[in-house]
This record gives sequence, C-alpha cells and structure tokens, in this order.
Amino acid sequence: MHIILLLLLTLPAGAALICLRAPLPAARTVTALSGAASFGLVIALVPAAAHGDISYLRLLRVDALSAVFMLATGFLYGAVAVYSVGYLSGGHDHLPQARYARRFWVGLNLFAWAMLAAPMMSNLALLWVAIEVTTVISALLVAIEDTDGAAEAAWKYVLLASTGLALALLATIFAYYAGAHVLGQHYDLGFTQLLAAGPRLPHTAVRLAFVLAVLGYGTKTGLVPVHTWLPDAHSEAPTPVSALLSGSLLAVSFYAILRFFQVASAALGPRFPRDVLLVFGVASLLLAMLYLFGQRDIKRLLAYSSVEHMGILAIGVSFGAPAALAGVLLHVLGHAAAKGNAFMGAGVLVRKLGSKRIMSMRGGLDLLPWSGPLFLLALFALGAMPPFGLFRSEFEIVTGGLSSGSYAAAAILIVGVTVAFFGLASSLTRVLLLPAPVAPGTRVVRGEPSAWMVVPVAAGALALLLLGVHPPAELTDLFGRAVTLLGGRTS
Amino acid sequence: MLAATVAAPSALAGGANVIALGVLLAEFGMFRQALLRDQVRLYAAQSVLLAALAIVVAATRHLPELYVLAGLSFALKAVIVPVVVRRLLRGIGADGGDPRWSDIAGSHTLGIASTVLIAIVVAAFGFFTVAALGISSPVLPVTALSISIAVILVAFVLMIVRQDVVSQAIGFLSLENGVSLTALVVAAGLPLILEIAFLFDLLVVAVVFGLLIRVHHGRAESMSTADLTSLRG
Repeated sequence: MHIILLLLLTLPAGAALICLRAPLPAARTVTALSGAASFGLVIALVPAAAHGDISYLRLLRVDALSAVFMLATGFLYGAVAVYSVGYLSGGHDHLPQARYARRFWVGLNLFAWAMLAAPMMSNLALLWVAIEVTTVISALLVAIEDTDGAAEAAWKYVLLASTGLALALLATIFAYYAGAHVLGQHYDLGFTQLLAAGPRLPHTAVRLAFVLAVLGYGTKTGLVPVHTWLPDAHSEAPTPVSALLSGSLLAVSFYAILRFFQVASAALGPRFPRDVLLVFGVASLLLAMLYLFGQRDIKRLLAYSSVEHMGILAIGVSFGAPAALAGVLLHVLGHAAAKGNAFMGAGVLVRKLGSKRIMSMRGGLDLLPWSGPLFLLALFALGAMPPFGLFRSEFEIVTGGLSSGSYAAAAILIVGVTVAFFGLASSLTRVLLLPAPVAPGTRVVRGEPSAWMVVPVAAGALALLLLGVHPPAELTDLFGRAVTLLGGRTS
Repeated sequence: MLAATVAAPSALAGGANVIALGVLLAEFGMFRQALLRDQVRLYAAQSVLLAALAIVVAATRHLPELYVLAGLSFALKAVIVPVVVRRLLRGIGADGGDPRWSDIAGSHTLGIASTVLIAIVVAAFGFFTVAALGISSPVLPVTALSISIAVILVAFVLMIVRQDVVSQAIGFLSLENGVSLTALVVAAGLPLILEIAFLFDLLVVAVVFGLLIRVHHGRAESMSTADLTSLRG
C-alpha cells in the first residue's frame, strides 16, 4: 500500500515536470494519463483504508476519512484532465496559444498534486502547508486568463484565502500549544497523538484552535461570511479549474476542518464543535440560497450553489448522528461529481453559445445533442433529485438530523435545499429549453464542440447514478469506518 | 508564582516585551508609508526584530533549535523576501523605474489619525482579550502573546484601510509575522522541520503575491485596488 501513496505523491508532480518541457501534445497526453492513473490508484487504496490506517515514515497517513476526500479529488482530476484536452483546442485566439497551454497543463497537474497530497499528511502542520500550496497554485490558475476580471478575482482570492490560512496557522499553533501541555514540547502535531491525548487537552486552547480553524479553513471552504472570494474566482477561472476549485479544493479545506473537529470532539465533547459548525452551515445555506436568484453569470450561479452545498456539509456534521455523517461523506463525492459536471457542462454551453451571461444564452438542448441533456441531469443532481447520489446523501443527512432531535435545523435544511433548487432551475432551464435565436447572420449549427468535453461528463453522470442507486460495498465500508472516526457510532 | 506576577518583570521579560512592542510599532508604521520601497523596508525591520526575539529565547531558555530558526527567518524574511518582492516589481517601475508607480501615498480610505485611533482600539481589544484567556507560556511572558495578537489585528486594519496592492501584500506578510510571534511565545518547541516548511511556504506565497501584483499592475496601470469593483453580487 505504501507504494500507492508514494505513486500518488509523485505521479502528478512528475506530470507537471514533464509538462514544463515536453511538446504540447505530449503534455496533454501525460496529463490525461496521470489524471486517469491517479483516480485508479485512489480506488485501489479504498479497500485497505476501509479496514485500517495506512501510514508511512510518520509523514504520510491515510485513513478512511482521507480516502473519501482523495476519491473526490482523484475522480475530478481524471475527469478534468480529459475534458481539458477538448477545452484547450481552439477558443483562445486572443492569447499566445502555446504559452497559455503550457502554463495551464503545468498548473493543473500541480494543483491536483497539492490537493491529493493534503489529505495524506499525518500532522496538522503539513496539512496546513499543503493547503497553502493549493491556494497559491490555484490563484495563479485563476489569473491565467489574463483579463481584467481574472486579475481582480485572483488578487481578491490570494489575499483573502492567504489571510484565512494565516488564521488557520494560528489555529495550528494553538493546537500545538494544547498538545504540548500533555505530550511534552517535542511532538509533531500528529493527529493520532492529539486524538489519543483527547480529554486531557486544555479546553480554552482547543476551543480557540477550533474556532480559528473553522474561520480560517472555512475561508477556503466558502462558508459564509468568509466566502466572498469564491464567486469571483470560480467565474473568472478557466472552466476546468473552476470544476476542480468547486468539487475538490473546497472539499479538501473542509477535510482540514473535520480534522480539527475530531480533535475538538475528543477534547471538549461533541457539543461545542457541532454548534459552531451549525451556525456557519445555516448561514451559508440561507445566504447562498438567496444569491441563487437573479445571478447573471452562469459560473457565478454555480459558485453560489457550491457555497450552499458546503453549508449542507457543515450542517450534516453538526447533526452528529451516524446516518448524517455517512450522508456528509457521500455528499462530498456526489458534490464533486455533480458540480464538476455542471461546470464542465457550463463550459461547453459557454463555448457553443458564445456568452456566459445567462440572459443571452439560449437553445442549449437544441444545439448540444449530448452536453445539453447531461447538463440538465447535472442540474437535477445538484437539486438532489432521485436517483442521483446527492438525493441519497441529503436524505441520509436529514434522517440523521431528525433522529438526533435537531428538528429546526433539519427543517431549515429541507426548505433551503428546495428553494435553492428553484433558484438554480429557474435560471438555468431557460438556457436549455428556450429555442435558439433565429436572428439573421450567425446561425449556430447543432453539434458538440469536442467529444473530449462529453466523455468525462458522461462518466460523472454514471458515477452520480451509481452513488444514488447502489453504492459499492467497499465504499459503504469506507464510510462506516470514517463515521466512527468522526465520533458517530456505526449503525 | 504569585510573587513573580506582582514583582517587577525580570530583565528577560522586560527585554522580550520591548522587542514585541517594537514589532507592534512597526505594524503601526506601515499605516503611513508612502513609498513601496519604505513599506518593504519596514517589513524587513519588523522581521529583524522577530529574529532577535527568537535569539533571546534561544539563549535564555537553552533551545538551540531556535538559533537555526532565527537565522533562517532572518535570511528569509529580512533579506530574501524583500529582495524578491522588490525585484519582481522592478520591471513595472516600482523600484528605480518610473517613480509614479512606486508612490502608494494616496491609498488611504481614512485619515491617518482616524486609522491609528481605530488600530489602537483594535489592538487594545486583542491585548486585553488574550490576557483574559489564561493561556500561559513556558518561555516568554504572556504579555508578548497579547502583543502578538494585537499585531495580527492591526495587520487586518492595515489591509482594510489601505487600497493598494503593495500595502495589502505587506499587510499579509506582517500578519504572518504576528503569527510567528505567537508561535514563538506558545509553541517555541515546534519541531524545526515544520518551521522550515512554514518558512518555505511563505517564500512561495511572497513570490505569488509579487507575480499577481505584476498582473494587477499590467491590467490596471496602477497599484490601487479602488477600481477592483467589477465583480460583485
């Protein structure tokens, strides 16, 4: 199993190195292969992670919780790497094509590398370093389009996210302080040691660390009120990067919050950390729900939907019941697939219809024989319609909430999710269903821009279906073990 | 222990507090720097103070690792990062080139006096709140912890009130200095390898800030962030 960890740590980085020098067609192939191989490696890791922790050299440590988030990143890395082959073919006439493409391939691989590495880290300090690395790489990827909007979004993103992470670093330092009280000055912030020290940790320091961690990592997760960089960065980044940002980067930051949640639960009992997450979760859900109405930019709309879904994750963890926690983990995977699909589909629509302003986009279903229906399915999946994975996960979260007696929060969740779906649907169905303009001049012909941009979306739709109808037994085992780690009893 | 808190502070405690206070004063100084060059220099000076404090702790508490940390953090924060930032900005006339762009004097959203008053209130809030938490340090007086939190809060004020990319970047870097000061007080035993990872990370962040400042300047033709308002809602 160690070899898989090492491969996952070297493969995307190696691909990035190759992309620095290799001819562009080779860079394209290497990235696609590295993406697909990484997903395969993560899948190979699942059965082992479902039965025990895999650690290596005291630096790397993968347990069931890490494996869930690595699955999300691995899947999106593969999907986006294939999609990008089509995305980069044409459409960037205003830029020096080759230079742009090279930066894009190098950045994409490095970004995926950092996000795969973060959940593998065995201690809070290295976890912080890995997440900071994801920030700087993705900030450069947001700026890559070289427009006024991209420069503005990248600056806001790097400043806000780095500041948030400075707070997360402060949280890490207070966690060290708490641990050093029990374990002596020379321990290295390892999760296992901190968790074992659990109830003996000083309460004030752990409280401080947890709140700072939620605020700091929450900035990158997109929790309200520290989400403000998110819609800008998601709308201005190249579409494949938006998909990775939304489906994977937000989740990896949420993973860091969950690690602090574990420590805080062990030290303080579950009540305090759950209450903190509930406040941030409800705020995120409600605010994002309102912002979903009246958005003019299709990618901005999807970005607010991500804020909504991160809110659902936080609320789900705050319920604490095993069903809700299992739902949260399934939701992480489902959201990665569904939001990845939505962004990739939106990318095709933008390419075909020549605009990302919702009001001037028409005729998606007419003009795109495959991407149109697939985008519609992604929309239904995001709205938690059966039979997709997000229906199952939100159903489990609500069930868990009711069983743990959080009736008010469960009710807010149901109302919020429903209203959010109406917001999303009312804006986006017009893009798909209204007939294409028959204005004289530029009549767009029916057809897909590129098959490369359809295949990964179709794979995502199948994954969503699989998660919703019949999640594989290995995955259920993995969730079961991760739920135990998060403090829920296995049912 | 009780007697110690009532008695006058020891030479170590007094010295450490003076240095920590110097870090805070440097932070206040950043409110009114008008030139990019001076802003970066002030950051370097603040970093020197921080390295000095690490040496004080290393010498008095017999933590030899901290000498290494002090040396590395001096090399990186007082020399390499300022040099890298200034070199990255040289091409756009920020340093030695067209003097117009190195001027960041007009980026205040509030007058200096009001800004400093707000910063004092915020710093006092941080100072007294942390004192009430009852967190104690094995190596430095807890006053230094309070001052470090004040530095962090004042860095936030700096990033909020100054609307230019250089002050905001320096605000972030000095915020990180505040966090390092906190680390020195409550986490002096943090393994050196992790500290080095943090420092290396800071270098990467500084380079990316420099690159994005270039991108911003290339698009906006100025250092001001006042016009970054097209993305909203």
